[in-house]
Amino acid sequence: MTSRAHMAEIFMRGLYPLLLIASVVILFRGHNAPGGGFIGGLMAVAASASYALVFNATNALNRLPCAPVRLAGIGILLALLSGVPAISQGLPYLTHPWWTINLFQVELAASTVMLFDLGVYLAVWGTIGGSCLLLIHSIEGEA
Amino acid sequence: MILAVAPLLVPLATALLCTVSYGSPRLQSRFSIAGALALLITAIILVIEVSSNHVVSLTAGNWPLPYGIEVVVDRLGVALTLIAALMLTISLLWQNSDADPAPTSGFFHPLIHGLVAGSCAAFITADLFNLYVWFEVALICALGLLAQGGGLKHFDATLKYFVLNLVGTLLLLAAIALTYAATGHLNFANLRLAVQQVDPAVMLPITGLLLIAFLVKAAAFPFFAWLPASYHTLPAPSLAVFSALLSKIGICALVRMLSGTFHPPSYLLMTLLAGIALLSMVIGVLGAAYHWDIRRILAFHSISQVGYMLLAIALSSRQGDAATIFFAVHHSLVKAGLFLCGALIFCMAGHYDLRRIGGLYAARPFLSVIFLLFALSLVGIPPLTGFWGKYLIIRECLIQGQYLWAGVALSVGGLTFYSMLKIWKEAFWKPHPDATWSPTKEKKLAPAYAGICTLLFVVLWLGLYPEPLLVFVNDAAMTIRGGIP
Amino acid sequence: MSWAVILALGTVITAGIYLALSRDLFRCLIGLALLGNGINLMLFTSGRLNSLSPPIIPAGDTVLGATANPLAQALVLTAIVISFAMLCFSLILAIRIVQENRSDDTIALREAEPHSNDPLKPIIEDEP
Repeated sequence: MTSRAHMAEIFMRGLYPLLLIASVVILFRGHNAPGGGFIGGLMAVAASASYALVFNATNALNRLPCAPVRLAGIGILLALLSGVPAISQGLPYLTHPWWTINLFQVELAASTVMLFDLGVYLAVWGTIGGSCLLLIHSIEGEA
Repeated sequence: MILAVAPLLVPLATALLCTVSYGSPRLQSRFSIAGALALLITAIILVIEVSSNHVVSLTAGNWPLPYGIEVVVDRLGVALTLIAALMLTISLLWQNSDADPAPTSGFFHPLIHGLVAGSCAAFITADLFNLYVWFEVALICALGLLAQGGGLKHFDATLKYFVLNLVGTLLLLAAIALTYAATGHLNFANLRLAVQQVDPAVMLPITGLLLIAFLVKAAAFPFFAWLPASYHTLPAPSLAVFSALLSKIGICALVRMLSGTFHPPSYLLMTLLAGIALLSMVIGVLGAAYHWDIRRILAFHSISQVGYMLLAIALSSRQGDAATIFFAVHHSLVKAGLFLCGALIFCMAGHYDLRRIGGLYAARPFLSVIFLLFALSLVGIPPLTGFWGKYLIIRECLIQGQYLWAGVALSVGGLTFYSMLKIWKEAFWKPHPDATWSPTKEKKLAPAYAGICTLLFVVLWLGLYPEPLLVFVNDAAMTIRGGIP
Repeated sequence: MSWAVILALGTVITAGIYLALSRDLFRCLIGLALLGNGINLMLFTSGRLNSLSPPIIPAGDTVLGATANPLAQALVLTAIVISFAMLCFSLILAIRIVQENRSDDTIALREAEPHSNDPLKPIIEDEP
């Protein structure tokens, strides 16, 4: 692409981290709490895709934590592993036990479900984001 | 018991480890081989466990049944899982040889493990919706393996495979929606009880829709177009796994649905299924007669062999189901073996088209013997596995008084013999059209020969001593029908 | 309410089938996606359209009251994700095909199969 939109570029530099922060917030608090790995992941995809539209697909690819395929692989691996702790407690695979963590006088509920959600988040970001960037990349040459 | 989900967790975890390590081919192939061997060991442990304990099951996440997803490993599931593990190991071994290996792009290992994970999970799941999910996992991995070739031919094959299979899965999804609306259950065991309470006139179209969806997956007569359009573009290791597993997912699901869950099936549907089976057998073998490319011939034969399995299902008896399972095991091994023979022929003679090659009997007698044994087994010459599979089907046809079905099954065997004879005569018997031709020598073929000899050993063993497998498939058929052997 | 859903279902599925039968590659794929969405809607309605309240057990209670069927929602969510992934894949595939073949006519795409007007014996392909 030869034409650049300077306003959009300046705007996007700030918007990208904001969108990612919003996606992490959604990851921890979905529509109806707790957790929205999928919708959070889609939010992150939206961040990557809009970054790619303003700059280009290669730039957006470089701003991902790692290559999209690897991101998706790590994500699904996390989701699979999140079911394993249950086995040690004699529960069936993928049962998600809950604990409370006392952090600075604040009771926090923690569970392996969070790990699962994080896995979904990364998997969605990796697969959907990766294919979005690929699509944008493949039509960039024609524009 | 965690062992119940091992057949899907092991290949899935391997696929993911291979994905994460896709930058370093050495590490990736080590993960891949280790995963395949782990799956093989898991499958063997499960065979022993299931033979003594009837079934191994697990409800994921400890959820109560309408919400939880149950996995039940029974004899049918475990037999096909073992086949999948064996084929995966041989395919990975083959990948190290020079006989038409898959392109080394870093995606072959994750995709093939993903394909095996999807198929194994579809073999053992006890939930209709979960079955759909694993169908899609297997489908997307299969698409990846097809598109991996990178040429227009491969993309064309991928597109045709994609569109027709997607229509199949959408029909399946519609059937699932209707089943859930009519019965309120998706778990196989609950569904079996719930179906009895529903008006048969309501269940008939739903079962019919389900039947069509699985027939698309199994590549039966009017829905088979995706198979011959795509198989011949695949490299040998992927092709062996495709031919051994993909149509079996549909067959396995059909057996479970028609003999287990939606039992007793309606007479109308079973007669229709028998008609589809006979047409698949005839059209498949006639399609094979037209072609000269070894892979296309064998791909069309797959349709014809699927016809045999469908015919056995249409007999809707315990013996018929046992025959289906026996035939599925036989077909997976023998058809994969033939495709791999084809890859060796290609490697020696330089082409897949029979009109361009020849003279292999004089040059490579050992390969000729391997091919001949696989080919005769496919035709059904005693004492090879194909004979026992066809014998079980035809005997059950005769017992039920279906002389026409038995007659067609026998004469299609004759046409299969013609096709195999064509490959034999053209590739092995006639002299090579190029007089200066000599087989290539410097290629690395030891892993390929090791793989195909393992396969041949299994086929010969099952053919000469079929008794354990016959007992096993009989018990498997009984388990599917809700009995305890 | 159910009449509106049935009407929508019928319209979407009809449109999907119509587009999927098209010779144009992109129309065909969009048609399949539309068909998928129609069937997802069907899956959603299979849980009955009776309540609009979300299936959440209020704090303090132990039983679920009269809410929407959570199972059908879980199923349709899964199906939507899968059809979304399939649509992504098919679009990338279609773009590659159009780039390689310079045509989006599916009839012109006969690379992997013999042509319908081939002679009695299939032609020998040069490249194996």
